[in-house]
Amino acid sequence: MSPRRTDAGGRIDRLRTIRFTFDGAPYIGHAGDTLASALLANGVTLFGRSFKYHRPRGVLTSGVEEPNALVTVLRGEVREPNIAATMVEIYDGLTAVSQNRFPSLSWDLSAANQLGGKLLSAGFYYKTFMGPAIGPLKGTRFWMFCEHFIRRAAGLGRAGIAADTARYERMNAFCDVLVVGSGPAGLMAARAAADQGARVILSELEPHFGGSANWSGETIDGMPAADWAARAAGQLEGYDNVRLLPRTTVWGYYDGNTLAALERVTDHKERPGKGEPRHRYWTIRAKSVVLATGSFERPLVFPGNDRPGVMLAHAAERYANEYGVLPGNRIALFTNNDSAYRCALALKKAGAAIVAIVDVRPELSSEIRELADEVEAKNLSAHAVVATEGGKALAGIKVQRFDMVNGALAGDRRSIQADCLLMSGGWSPTIHLASQDGAKAEWNAARQAFLPPNATQRWIGAGAFTGSFSTAEAIAEGRAAGLSAAGGTGTPAALPVVEAAPGDPDPAPVFEIKADGKSFVDFQHDVTAEDVRLAHREGFISVEHLKRYTTLGMATDQGKSSNIPGHAIMAEALGKPIPEVGTTRFRPPFSAVSIGSLAAERFGDLRPERLTPMHDWHVANGATMYSAGLWYRPMIYGHAGETIEQAYVREAKATRESAGIVDVSTLGKIAVQGPDAAEFLDRVYTNMFSTLAVGKARYGLMLREDGLAFDDGTTWRLGEQDFLMTTTTANAGKVMQHLEYFLDVIWPELKVHVTSVTDQWAGAAIGGPKARAILAACVTGTAVDNAALPFMGIVHGKISGVSVMICRLSFSGEMAFEVYSGAGYGTHVWEALIEAGKPFGLVTYGLEALGTMRIEKGHVTGAEIDGRTTARDLHLDWMLSKKKPFIGSAMMDREGLIAPGRLELVGLISLYNQPLNGGAHIVEALDEANPHDSIGHITACCYSPALGKYIALALVKDGKARRGTRAHISDPLRNRFGPVEIVSNHFFDPDGSRMHG
Amino acid sequence: MLITCPYCGPRDVIEFTYQGDGNRERPQPASQNLDAWNAYVYNRLNPAGDHNEIWQHSGGCRAHLRVVRNTLTHEVSSVAFARGDHKSAARHKAEGKP
Repeated sequence: MSPRRTDAGGRIDRLRTIRFTFDGAPYIGHAGDTLASALLANGVTLFGRSFKYHRPRGVLTSGVEEPNALVTVLRGEVREPNIAATMVEIYDGLTAVSQNRFPSLSWDLSAANQLGGKLLSAGFYYKTFMGPAIGPLKGTRFWMFCEHFIRRAAGLGRAGIAADTARYERMNAFCDVLVVGSGPAGLMAARAAADQGARVILSELEPHFGGSANWSGETIDGMPAADWAARAAGQLEGYDNVRLLPRTTVWGYYDGNTLAALERVTDHKERPGKGEPRHRYWTIRAKSVVLATGSFERPLVFPGNDRPGVMLAHAAERYANEYGVLPGNRIALFTNNDSAYRCALALKKAGAAIVAIVDVRPELSSEIRELADEVEAKNLSAHAVVATEGGKALAGIKVQRFDMVNGALAGDRRSIQADCLLMSGGWSPTIHLASQDGAKAEWNAARQAFLPPNATQRWIGAGAFTGSFSTAEAIAEGRAAGLSAAGGTGTPAALPVVEAAPGDPDPAPVFEIKADGKSFVDFQHDVTAEDVRLAHREGFISVEHLKRYTTLGMATDQGKSSNIPGHAIMAEALGKPIPEVGTTRFRPPFSAVSIGSLAAERFGDLRPERLTPMHDWHVANGATMYSAGLWYRPMIYGHAGETIEQAYVREAKATRESAGIVDVSTLGKIAVQGPDAAEFLDRVYTNMFSTLAVGKARYGLMLREDGLAFDDGTTWRLGEQDFLMTTTTANAGKVMQHLEYFLDVIWPELKVHVTSVTDQWAGAAIGGPKARAILAACVTGTAVDNAALPFMGIVHGKISGVSVMICRLSFSGEMAFEVYSGAGYGTHVWEALIEAGKPFGLVTYGLEALGTMRIEKGHVTGAEIDGRTTARDLHLDWMLSKKKPFIGSAMMDREGLIAPGRLELVGLISLYNQPLNGGAHIVEALDEANPHDSIGHITACCYSPALGKYIALALVKDGKARRGTRAHISDPLRNRFGPVEIVSNHFFDPDGSRMHG
Repeated sequence: MLITCPYCGPRDVIEFTYQGDGNRERPQPASQNLDAWNAYVYNRLNPAGDHNEIWQHSGGCRAHLRVVRNTLTHEVSSVAFARGDHKSAARHKAEGKP
């Protein structure tokens, strides 16, 4: 038999034995145990070492608020640190280890830190890591050397480095009523709402529904409260309109009544079932929410209140009643309120001896005195605990007379032998979600607690959450809240009858016993009452500053047990009442959320891939594919042994010598149709489109509203009211949105419809001196000679039986044609063109050769239209119509946009026969050691087969005026420096004789 | 945050693209009043409270909507088509077209 397990009772399954290890030692527990309850049952008192001082720590609580008993759970190579032992359900093979100790938990070298308490006080980091300003160590790295060890000594668990192999899921859920918390209030609310026909979700962060009913020892409707709760939960399971979510923490309350929750689906299992994720992230949109989140018991602040064996009173009650575990055999209690007496009774019934009940209050009600008599405990009213004794387990306590009016201690200290001390400093409603919702909590002087604010969104509180701490109130409020949340107004049958121990919910306003020794406020961050006062003396009087300076409430438990005592001590130091000190607002998450669940299925590269109709052909024919935005495009069609540069030079050269073909399906294509289509284009483009003849195309430039260049492309007039606009690949979406915005918001009177048809057309551009001959060899139904198909002309015909639309336009500078067919026929037409081109030496070329030929021609793309350049900067001012206003026309001539000194587009020729690099700076005078005074940068570069030189496009200050002069490349990052000549951006065939033919 | 698109019904904000302050007034296209253009292009109201905004249902019907959103609570108190033309929407709905 385990040393601390009771002989009977509890809600564990004593027939099922579970084996697990803690710090390598094997232990045995039962199904239904948490790691904390199972270790306590095995007589373990020491769970971890504290953050700064490495003090031995036990388990303080029995739930999610646990600040002390944090462990690391190992699953194979994957380690998860800082898990509260109170929240770990044991399973066969569970492997947990303690944290922040070296070399072992019971023999920890850094425990010597306790002796240096003064050094490690509030603001320690800020004060220490300044480094010596005087003395022999001034200016040395000595302090940084020390910092390494100090930082290593302080801390919690170590994060793992192995990749998390678990799977995570996301879920979206909608409901009429979300009930958070399944204590008596939550169960009643869920039932009442469900009976109204509402779609209900009931979430509970613990494995079992019932909340306090599982351990209160009370009786509801004549049966043990736990049985009543189990029956109520079982009934809810039978409802089609109710979804029960156990092990689910609602951690965020966002606007639009959207709540975030984390369901721990398989953490309690040896291995997940088929298809089960580890965690499930729920986004729940609730028409209405019932907050029945209960309350947290507060510790009292007194010297030695962190010693293992000191525990919250209700936690001990829960260990006894729910898990059948006694946290001690000789138990003392220390309280400022009535609720601890009920705990004493429960522990007495479970078999422990209650040695004393120390109460700060001088007067007790008769019913509480009767309770004290019933547990046969020495009742020390108007007393306080002023010290605890023992090492890794509690041996005894010292008590002294205490006057709660002035906090004074008097008389002799008396020793009491005890192996467990239970404390109760009153209760704080768990108002975190309501606080996240936005409103400010209100201090209630009677309850000595912040009560939930008025709702700003659609939620209703019930039970202890509202400060109604009795089960009878919880049941009544729960049902009312559920009814109201579901929009019901019925007057239902009688409420369940509760039999409970008596007690006044209001505690005495005592938070701290001032005596010598470390009194902990924030157990997890090792913040003492003295630290809070020190922060006050040093001028940190705002509660927000106090929090940051002392780190009070900033540990992973987010101050669930420490915030209110911390505020109270601050308020006393300031000489103000608590409500004037204020409280900090709670923010999501309520408790730790796994990063994996936030990423869920979204990790990795889940962007869609866009493939052109001819994609498979490219891959099958040796293309090296290149990702351009979401698109995949051929970069080169390399031959064996070729470098990238050799491949694109060959492709570009062959195109200029005979012919080349390139897939241009990725160009954005927008059908602009309607009676006002021409007028619309006139407003959108800087140049005229209403004058464009049907069957012709025109190059167009768009500006943004602020007058900077936006996008360019050709637009084809297919009919009087029917235009096909092309955009750059990268800007297709943006241009579409731009057009839609103006049609919908600015000019709704225009009768124009825009439709994205990018994916409906396959496009191939074929260019070069032989291009026309190749088309002539395969196109039927139309002539393609200069008369039928002049520059910028459009014809319709067929290739290999498929209808095509051909426009004669050129990006490469060659005589070139864009051949468009329905996307489904793209490969068919492409192959027909390749076949027809064979006798003429047609080559396929990729993005690199495309870029090379456009640089040679000085055409601009996104690298030059970079959101900072104007049409003038790019020498496109010839496209700015003076006959009409257009988007950007009013703003494009602003002073700054026409001032001298702007970066203008130029060409560069390398004078040192080395490749130029995109992004490299251009300087007038070279200074390799100290590069400075950039006059511009390179936007695109290549080796030009047409010129036989390395060339680039660049944006250079007053670039046009610098043509014919020399400058230098200054690229310290890549260690490239060298002279260049600044020339016109039109390197090749500047008068366009090749494309005009 | 949910926006109730008049075509598509209540949808998550993730389907929408914010298209700016709905209070801006674009000067007449031919206007040369630079101050008016500057105000239109650069000035934005930044109210703490109800704000008139343009949102596009970019992940849905692509209509632009005039949305009144409270910047403090994200509460959406009104949604209408930005083009102010409800007839076409109503007709589409009646005919069961998307």
